Amino acid sequence: MASNIKLAEAPEGYEGSGFFATSLDKVIGLARANSLWPLPFATSCCGIEFMATMGSNYDIARFGAERPSFSPRQADVLLVAGTIAKKMAPVVKQVYLQMAEPRWVIAIGACASSGGIFDTYSVLQGIDRIIPVDVYVPGCPPRPEQILDGLMQVQELAKNESLRRRNSPAYQNLLESYNIQ
Amino acid sequence: MLTNEEVAKDLIRQFGEDVYDFEDPFDLLTLSTKREQLIPMLQYLKDHPTYQINFLTDICGIHYPDDPNPEREFCVVYHLHSLIHNFRVRLKVFLSEADLHIPTATTIYACANWMERETYDFFGVNFDGHPKLIRILNMEDMDYFPMRRQYPLEDSTREDKIDALFGR
Repeated sequence: MASNIKLAEAPEGYEGSGFFATSLDKVIGLARANSLWPLPFATSCCGIEFMATMGSNYDIARFGAERPSFSPRQADVLLVAGTIAKKMAPVVKQVYLQMAEPRWVIAIGACASSGGIFDTYSVLQGIDRIIPVDVYVPGCPPRPEQILDGLMQVQELAKNESLRRRNSPAYQNLLESYNIQ
Repeated sequence: MLTNEEVAKDLIRQFGEDVYDFEDPFDLLTLSTKREQLIPMLQYLKDHPTYQINFLTDICGIHYPDDPNPEREFCVVYHLHSLIHNFRVRLKVFLSEADLHIPTATTIYACANWMERETYDFFGVNFDGHPKLIRILNMEDMDYFPMRRQYPLEDSTREDKIDALFGR
């Protein structure tokens, strides 16, 4: 049946008549990468760009982020878009703590990545001061294409990471360095 | 139509020596008064049968670290508005750092509550009689008043920012 619906490519594996064998890591990775539920944490203009990214023109749903989750409990990837004031920092951290593993974080824009133009005492100089960040999207604000590229990089992470990475000592140490757990 | 001159003359008649430094930049009547006369003056302007200056637009602080007179190091500015006549007044009260106290305006305007907390938060001005004088915008554990000029604007933990990039 002719169809132009694009399907995710099957991972490497052994194929024969009536069976297909691959590693569990790859199957789970495929499923996770193509169903990343984002939690938008938008505080300023980068949030407006993210709204455009969610909208029909750029349509983040094409990359598996169909359902923006406004509850951290069901979210897979936290998108921090905008300036985070120091007073807001505990809120961001609380949201991150409420997310279930596996969880990823994208810092969208200069402010979330480094404080941006806000060279001031009241602004957190990058959200990596309080939570670990997987992908940084530069720009002030970044174009929707850049945000999509950031999400695709998280897809790559999700596809390629070992199922046990979240139990590894390196990951535990990373969380410990942020005083998480 | 209220004129600046008319209101200024009335205030001088009412408060005599306690109102001074009259100005009208951009036609905005501006005057200074003493701390003791602030609350009576707010009440007088609010209750005045014709002026009815009954809206507190803003309270803010100023720090003048270089003023030769230590009695004028800090200033608290009150912007008032008569919604009936669309007439605005700006009141200034100068304070010294050693005695940074001023009576609260919350007894007259409930909206002064948060404005005074903000002025306390940034300048450390103590509003005597305020129901809950704690920080409002900054972190609770901040241990200084950031808008005082002796404190740097920049975050001390910044790593990737250099003065040249920010035109300093």
